[in-house]
Amino acid sequence: MSVIHVENIRKRFGALEVLKDVSMTVEAGEVVALIGRSGSGKSTLLRCLNGLEKIDEGVITIAGHKMSHNTAELRALRRDVGIVFQGYNLFPHLTAGENIMLAPVQVKGLRKAEARAEAQRCLELVGLGDRFDSYPDMLSGGQQQRVAIARSLAMQPVVMLFDEVTSALDPELTEEVLAAIEDLAAQGMTMMLVTHEMRFARRVAHRTIYMRDGIIHEQGPSEALFTNPQTPELRSFLKAELG
Amino acid sequence: MREFGQAEVLFIIFALQWTLTLTALAFVGGGIAGLGVALLRISRSRIIRWLVSGYIQIVQGMPLLVLMFLCYYAPSLFGIELDALFAAGIALTLNASAFLGAIWESALRAIPKAQWESAEALALPQSKVLRFVIAPQAVRIALPSTVGYLVQIVKETSLASIIGFVEITRAGQLVSNATFEPMKAFVCVAILYFVICFPLSRFSQWLEARSPGRAKGTSRGKRSIRSKSPKTT
Repeated sequence: MSVIHVENIRKRFGALEVLKDVSMTVEAGEVVALIGRSGSGKSTLLRCLNGLEKIDEGVITIAGHKMSHNTAELRALRRDVGIVFQGYNLFPHLTAGENIMLAPVQVKGLRKAEARAEAQRCLELVGLGDRFDSYPDMLSGGQQQRVAIARSLAMQPVVMLFDEVTSALDPELTEEVLAAIEDLAAQGMTMMLVTHEMRFARRVAHRTIYMRDGIIHEQGPSEALFTNPQTPELRSFLKAELG
Repeated sequence: MREFGQAEVLFIIFALQWTLTLTALAFVGGGIAGLGVALLRISRSRIIRWLVSGYIQIVQGMPLLVLMFLCYYAPSLFGIELDALFAAGIALTLNASAFLGAIWESALRAIPKAQWESAEALALPQSKVLRFVIAPQAVRIALPSTVGYLVQIVKETSLASIIGFVEITRAGQLVSNATFEPMKAFVCVAILYFVICFPLSRFSQWLEARSPGRAKGTSRGKRSIRSKSPKTT
């Protein structure tokens, strides 16, 4: 069964239709990259998947939950759907470890000691085992983003969403974050990532979706899509992105 | 006629307990009600926000003295005789709730929306987002102006003298009437206000200096809580 199933969704911001009848599925263990220009609707699509944006029409099923406006149902859905943002959004008043422990303790009801062990484990997964007690502003952008990934992982999500997670980072810091994501992919995590890193999408994503003007303009296995784009729009987009 | 002497000074100093009692009442009462005001002001319901905004406008748009008269005289319409301390306490509480509510509302609003989003994305219910993520950050932002407002409350308690409550201003008035030494009496009163307000003002300034976004450093107390804004590419 597919982990993400999106059927004919539409999303409007006022008069502007950002998603125009989008449908797609993501299978378990699949890594899907969403590419496209700014304003193409790719980030909106991702944010719709965990209910940060409400869809106007259509159906979303994700990690076995049907998207709902009901807060309790939405919370149940979000327990199984992790998301990492461009701006890291760590809680600045909590240490890296406390950032990670918060949701397992407050949402899942884990005991402090259990949550602490789990947080430590997640920090080690992203290569930051020694930064448990560091506050976010003592960490580099790349480290903060890896803590944000660990924070999501600690909820043991079924699927992870990444929203341009390296766009705020310098090139050398981008690499360490991409490496953490690649590790997750290798472990079989189902993931969907909005990205501007074309080489990374090609290397790590099984499938790439090119969005343009609120629709899926072209999609296919990453390797094929990047070597042999079918539409002139994607060809010129890739040319601009890859130089 | 009496001489202005040690007994008169002690009389004024003795009244200090009532100034402080009234301050505490207004700060605690106004703090609790102000918290409610701030939370309702960020409610999702437009009607609630609008109603609470109306409350703030009415209270802030009225001289505290008038509010105090209303609190003192209105209950007598219903045959209730209110104690001056009680009436002054209510008036100061209402007043403080509107001002503290507005201070805290803006502190809550100063927390980036992304903090709400990422906490909600972790499946935290709204009440816990507020308690564990938003409020701790907002408190740091609001603390200097809250202590600053406490100084205002201390001084505002002097208005209770008009409805006959004997705090230090009223005590000064009584001494002045008895001794015909208004200057001595009110300089004495002024010194007492200064002794209370000055340390509070300095404390507020100190909090301000080490508040979010101003201080640099890595120790816990001095940390900046402003999250780094992402570069847009």
